[in-house]
Amino acid sequence: MTMLQGFQIALHALRLNPLRSFLTMLGIVIGVASIVTVFAIGAGAQLRLQEQIRSIGANVLMITPGAVYQGGVRLKDGSKLTMTEGDVQAILEQIPEIQAAAGSLAGTAQVIHEGKNWNTTINGTTTGHFMVRDWQLASGRYFSGAEESGAGKVVILGSTVARELFADGDDPIGAQIRIMKVPLEVVGVLDRKGPAQDDVAFVPLATAKLRFLGSASNINRDSVAYIIAKVAGDGQMAGARSEIENLLRQRHRVPAGQEDDFKVQDPAAAMEAQQGAIRTVALLLVAIASVSLLVGGISIMNVMIVSVTERTREIGIRRALGGRMRDIRLQFLCEALVLCLLGGAIGVLGGVTLSMTVARMAGWVTSIDGQAIGLALAFSIATGLIFGFYPAHKASKLSPIEALKTE
Amino acid sequence: MTAASPPLISLQSVSRTYRTDGVAVTAVRNVSFEIAQGEIVAVMGPSGSGKSTLMNMIGLLDLPNEGAVYLQGADVAGLSEDRRSSLRARSIGFVFQSYNLLARHNAIENVALPLVYCGIARKERLARAEASLQAVGMLHRAHHFPRQLSGGEQQRVAIARALIASPLIVLADEPTGALDSRTGAEILALFAALNRTGQTIVMITHDPGIATQCRRTIRLHDGELVADETQAMIPPKRNAVS
Ligand SMILES: Nc1ncnc2c1ncn2[C@@H]1O[C@H](COP(=O)(O)OP(=O)(O)OP(=O)(O)O)[C@@H](O)[C@H]1O
Ligand SMILES: [Mg+2]
Repeated sequence: MTMLQGFQIALHALRLNPLRSFLTMLGIVIGVASIVTVFAIGAGAQLRLQEQIRSIGANVLMITPGAVYQGGVRLKDGSKLTMTEGDVQAILEQIPEIQAAAGSLAGTAQVIHEGKNWNTTINGTTTGHFMVRDWQLASGRYFSGAEESGAGKVVILGSTVARELFADGDDPIGAQIRIMKVPLEVVGVLDRKGPAQDDVAFVPLATAKLRFLGSASNINRDSVAYIIAKVAGDGQMAGARSEIENLLRQRHRVPAGQEDDFKVQDPAAAMEAQQGAIRTVALLLVAIASVSLLVGGISIMNVMIVSVTERTREIGIRRALGGRMRDIRLQFLCEALVLCLLGGAIGVLGGVTLSMTVARMAGWVTSIDGQAIGLALAFSIATGLIFGFYPAHKASKLSPIEALKTE
Repeated sequence: MTAASPPLISLQSVSRTYRTDGVAVTAVRNVSFEIAQGEIVAVMGPSGSGKSTLMNMIGLLDLPNEGAVYLQGADVAGLSEDRRSSLRARSIGFVFQSYNLLARHNAIENVALPLVYCGIARKERLARAEASLQAVGMLHRAHHFPRQLSGGEQQRVAIARALIASPLIVLADEPTGALDSRTGAEILALFAALNRTGQTIVMITHDPGIATQCRRTIRLHDGELVADETQAMIPPKRNAVS
């Protein structure tokens, strides 16, 4: 008997009892579906993080406001803008490892161009920002010195905003757009950096303060919300970091022993750590899903054992008609394999559907790769072989004479 | 048949003892006989006299504890389990009292089953199964399932299955035991017709009327061979009394 014949016999047997066959493979279906889904969500989360890490740029330090004490009460981090343009200058001038640095103020606003409008992040910064993030222009230019110092009414658009405001073939450069009733000239459009990064419009820092954020209570003339700085080389990150900390502690007159009113972070490193955590959680979830596969395997073994008992006479007949022990074993192994493969295939379909649903409903990024599907199917084949072997072996060991005597 | 060629089946001092919980039951004791190509042999004896045990050994389903069974001169004890299985598929055709058709397969699939174990492709299997069903007059029921067939019809299908691989010998264990006398007679007539075409047949029966229609009768009692008679009524080509 060939493998093919084994599968034909198996399919025939399973078709006779479709409900039972389906219930038998349900554990495998659920197990494989959860593995595929967990993989897809985990891989999606990793992709998103990787994109963020890439978008920040290499060797970037980020300085954000830290704890602030007001009359002995510790306020929430970032509740007061403690960083200033002076800090940016000092970091640039006094720390040799720093190649570029820029302060930013950001908020959200509606941007309008002719009939179209779009809600996006408005980031007030300097050209240094683009240097730090290695962010190239798709067209146009960065801010000029005069625009930066004179609060020029100019804007550089992220590719998403450019796409939303301008029709295809309509060149944004030189066009007038409006943000909070202020007309601005588009001088540049940035390269794509990733869906989460491209939805932004940059204006000169001075423009942001003067035109958009001037009335905000927690802002004084000099403050910025955060600073990003580019370090020359990989090996200098730690050194640059402590130099910035020392410099800012001096400048902010942080008393010895008190918490800094700023935080220096290495976002790429933090995200890489986060990525590791995601991987760990995903692996844990896969392990849990595998338990379902195990339960599915046991359920298949159970049903196969019952089936062997029920079909003892059939086994006797097949043996008397010339079936070898290995033919009987192959027949039942094929049944277990078909159950597992079918269950695995349904599980893959279910998992793909589920992760696409999750992606749509929860807005998570999911990513289905062939590797995860292959792995899940390999798992189910292995389950079929492992849990199908014992019943098949048991069937093949039956004495044909005894088997023929059973009712 | 030339004198040099060995008999189809030869049993020499065959004994088969079952041991259950220390109790030994000798089902077949020191039995010797030969069956030549083309014979039709009835095996008779009271219940428990060892008829089925004997037939299982001839059919390579079981091996003797003592003595030897030769198939075409070859000691079957020397064959591997797999080899004996393959020989069953090609050389032995079983017919059972309870038909033993697979309930979930239709007639033609049941008939074709032994060929699965001969490694024959599906198309040829079905073609040969049709021919075999035709030979027993059941071709018109090829796609019926066993539960849709009467006992006599099921037994015809079972005989078609036993014949499909053109076996050296057909072994029938009380093939008419579950049938009324008229249907039994029809089945018996079918066996007789097959035998006239040269098919070797060994048939266990309790019915003396059936036995008299076979040229040769072997009688067992308590596992021992007590008689091996060949009727002179139809002059035999060869007398195989041992
Ligand atoms: N597997 C077994 N274990 C123990 N004893 C057995 C076994 N099979 C058969 N026997 C015994 O061997 C003896 C012969 O049994 P067998 O089935 O060959 O008889 P039989 O002539 O075919 O009887 P019947 O006409 O009732 O079918 C009986 O006494 C039976 O109890
Ligand atoms: Mg019997």
